[in-house]
Amino acid sequence: MGSHGIKDQVAIIGMGCIPFREHWDASLDDLLIDAAALTFESAGLAKDDVDAYWFGTSQSAASGLALSMPLKIEGKPVTRVENYCATGSEALRQACYAVASGAYDVAMAIGAEKVKDGGYQGLNAFPIPHDGTKRSLTAAGMYSLILPAYAQKHGVDEDELRMVVAKIAEKNHYNGARNPLAQFRRETSAELICSMAAVAGRLSVFDCAGVADGAAAAIVVRAEDAHKYCADPLYVKALAFVSGTGSGVTDPNYDFTSLPECKMAADDAYAQAGITDPRSEIAMAEVHDCFTPTELLLMEDLGFSEPGQAWSDILEGTFNLDGALPVNPDGGLKAFGHPVGASGLRMHYELWLQLRGKAHEERQIDLSARERKLGLVHNLGGYPGEMVGFVSILGTEVD
Amino acid sequence: MRGIISYGGYVPYRRLDRSEITAVMGSGGGAGTRSVASFDEDTTTMGVEAGRLALAGSETTPDKLFFSSVSPTYFDRTNATGVHAALRLPLGTSAVDMLGSQRSAIGALDAALDSSSTALVIAADMRTGRPTSGDETAGGDGASALLVGSGDDVIAEDLGGAVATAEFVDRWREPGDATSKLWEERFGEVVYGQLAARAWADALDSCGLQNSDVSIAAVTGLHGRAITRTASKLGVESVADDLTAVIGNTGAAHPGLLLASMLDTANPGDIVALVTYADGVQVRFFRATDAIAGHASKRPVAAQIANAGSVPYAKFLSWRGILEVEPPRRPEPDRPSSSAAYRNEDWKFGLVASRDQESAEMFLPPSRVSPDGGIDQMDRIAMADAVGTISAFTIDKLVYSPSPPVVFGIIDFDGGGRLPIEIADVDADEVKVGDKVEMTFRRLYVGDGISNYFWKARPLR
Repeated sequence: MGSHGIKDQVAIIGMGCIPFREHWDASLDDLLIDAAALTFESAGLAKDDVDAYWFGTSQSAASGLALSMPLKIEGKPVTRVENYCATGSEALRQACYAVASGAYDVAMAIGAEKVKDGGYQGLNAFPIPHDGTKRSLTAAGMYSLILPAYAQKHGVDEDELRMVVAKIAEKNHYNGARNPLAQFRRETSAELICSMAAVAGRLSVFDCAGVADGAAAAIVVRAEDAHKYCADPLYVKALAFVSGTGSGVTDPNYDFTSLPECKMAADDAYAQAGITDPRSEIAMAEVHDCFTPTELLLMEDLGFSEPGQAWSDILEGTFNLDGALPVNPDGGLKAFGHPVGASGLRMHYELWLQLRGKAHEERQIDLSARERKLGLVHNLGGYPGEMVGFVSILGTEVD
Repeated sequence: MRGIISYGGYVPYRRLDRSEITAVMGSGGGAGTRSVASFDEDTTTMGVEAGRLALAGSETTPDKLFFSSVSPTYFDRTNATGVHAALRLPLGTSAVDMLGSQRSAIGALDAALDSSSTALVIAADMRTGRPTSGDETAGGDGASALLVGSGDDVIAEDLGGAVATAEFVDRWREPGDATSKLWEERFGEVVYGQLAARAWADALDSCGLQNSDVSIAAVTGLHGRAITRTASKLGVESVADDLTAVIGNTGAAHPGLLLASMLDTANPGDIVALVTYADGVQVRFFRATDAIAGHASKRPVAAQIANAGSVPYAKFLSWRGILEVEPPRRPEPDRPSSSAAYRNEDWKFGLVASRDQESAEMFLPPSRVSPDGGIDQMDRIAMADAVGTISAFTIDKLVYSPSPPVVFGIIDFDGGGRLPIEIADVDADEVKVGDKVEMTFRRLYVGDGISNYFWKARPLR
């Protein structure tokens, strides 16, 4: 028994990501067709060159048919994947394992979500018949519990902490303003965010991820084949996933100052990749900033900050574009919005650009001081106390 | 000996200041306050709260449950079964509605007293009328529960009484209408006066009592003017405060609520009379027994009347569906699944959790699997009476609610266990971490006409 990972066995040889927008004029089919086309072009392949597909969507469609029909994929397996807001990353994880197993030579992971046809604000779960006793609270409400809990545990003034998380939003909007694929491309200030009306706890609308339609995809092959397709592939160093027991919402010992499922996934990923000091070894990270307090906790759960220190690291600019460890250089969920099935692949797309030096010059991070060019993706689904956590690590070289 | 074994009156937390009606509408209203059921309460949930108080005061398990209301949640299906489920009464205890008028409630008490059963007689009502109407101002919301039976633990012995029945139309409501219509008042005043005199005399006669034997009488009915003008003419020395100045008339619940209020302060030997004007007049006498001295009401009616928070008139109108406000732009909740609710009745209605036999860890909702992997090694633990502490909370202005915003707390129970749940009967700015809460049975929302019941926390006040 053991989690061994597939370090350096699989490589990404092409990726594509469409602009995340309110695509009033595009259907789910359109999003998929456009993202797939960009990805085929990136890898120099056609759809028939891909042996198997993993299609992630949370609730825009069901079954592999929703991909095979619009793309006219003939005689190939298409697996529909769903794992809450980590759906896109889960599709990639499955495609990588399929290639690593030897079952297929070439696999595509594609994720898409058509959110904006629902007619409501925010993300809304597909109704599953229930006994009527389920918790009634928005995700914003659940994540808003973090701020007062963190302030109390670490002795940080709550007003100051509120400003700290607004700085997270400020940073991500700054980065997003330098990314043509992002939905929101305007900078904003932490002071302005703090002055906005609260919608859940102390969180304002600008502490919440936006909502957008979007799609992104990746093509993976065995590592030894990567250079047949691509001069500068990205190697998969680690893929980790933890599905929680939900104990945080039943156990009085849980205090809303950590996301244990994410910490466990990170620990597994670091073990797979052979990373012992993530803060110095990771060049950049894309993390699941669904709400600003989420990113605060993640800096500690991912080992970037010591427990209780994330807030001061944030104030010092550690995770800014020009900081020691840039986090969400593409703008994150904050600037992109969150088409659930696509977000995980969108995060990997930023590593695809940044680690290979292909990001727009306005936001390309400085990799010159790095011995190993390693990037981390963190993607989660659910709520504090009841979540799924995903962490992957990608790098430009085989160890 | 037969009579009342235990009782509970339930007065909801909110009060409407009647002068606010006048201030908003330019007419209607008056002096004093009326009780207001919260947006998440209905006659079923209030009946449950009264029933819990009555059952808390006794070891006796009823074999019959009668539920009365003029404003029931459902027709064509029984409301009492929901109360039965929330009170976790045995499968073999019957649950029956007696609906339609205030007289149904007093009839249910009659039926219970005149039977040989142990019966829990619950009445609950929400009274209102069109804005500025007399019914809106005079009405109130509340519930009462009287546990009727035989034996040494009877605290108020039934002495019998009398009734005078007559057919006269002084108020009426067509099925489907939300409010009632009234005949001119003088007619009812005269008819009720005559019927009351007759019933009172017959009751004294049949019970072998004199006016002077009666310690206190509660006189109640929906015809306020008839009560005011004729109660003093019955000849009884002490007429109880009918509570209408502060909580209004709670309709079907009011006779039971007044009896509960009188029993809260009755001494052994006192004879109390309950006189109800409802399409006729009914008189019933009770004698407080020695056992009443040892019976402490968990929450006396007076204490609940004193423990109140206000509700603005406009919010009252929106809670009653008279003023429709814009909901958050989020999907309305779907109706609960009947089959899922049925198989989870213990949890949904009874708030029964599970506790791991090995680790003693509590699970809300109940879990079948233990942390060590064992299956079905759990004990069932009833949590409805547990007290907890708010360990964290938030105010959610985005989520759907019949009355936004939602105040939501992480509740850690004193005896172990955690439940993230909505907090009822609070204003958003008064919640604090560390506040103590108790559990209360509420209607979360209505989906496709199905009232979705579950529990919330409320401040322990």
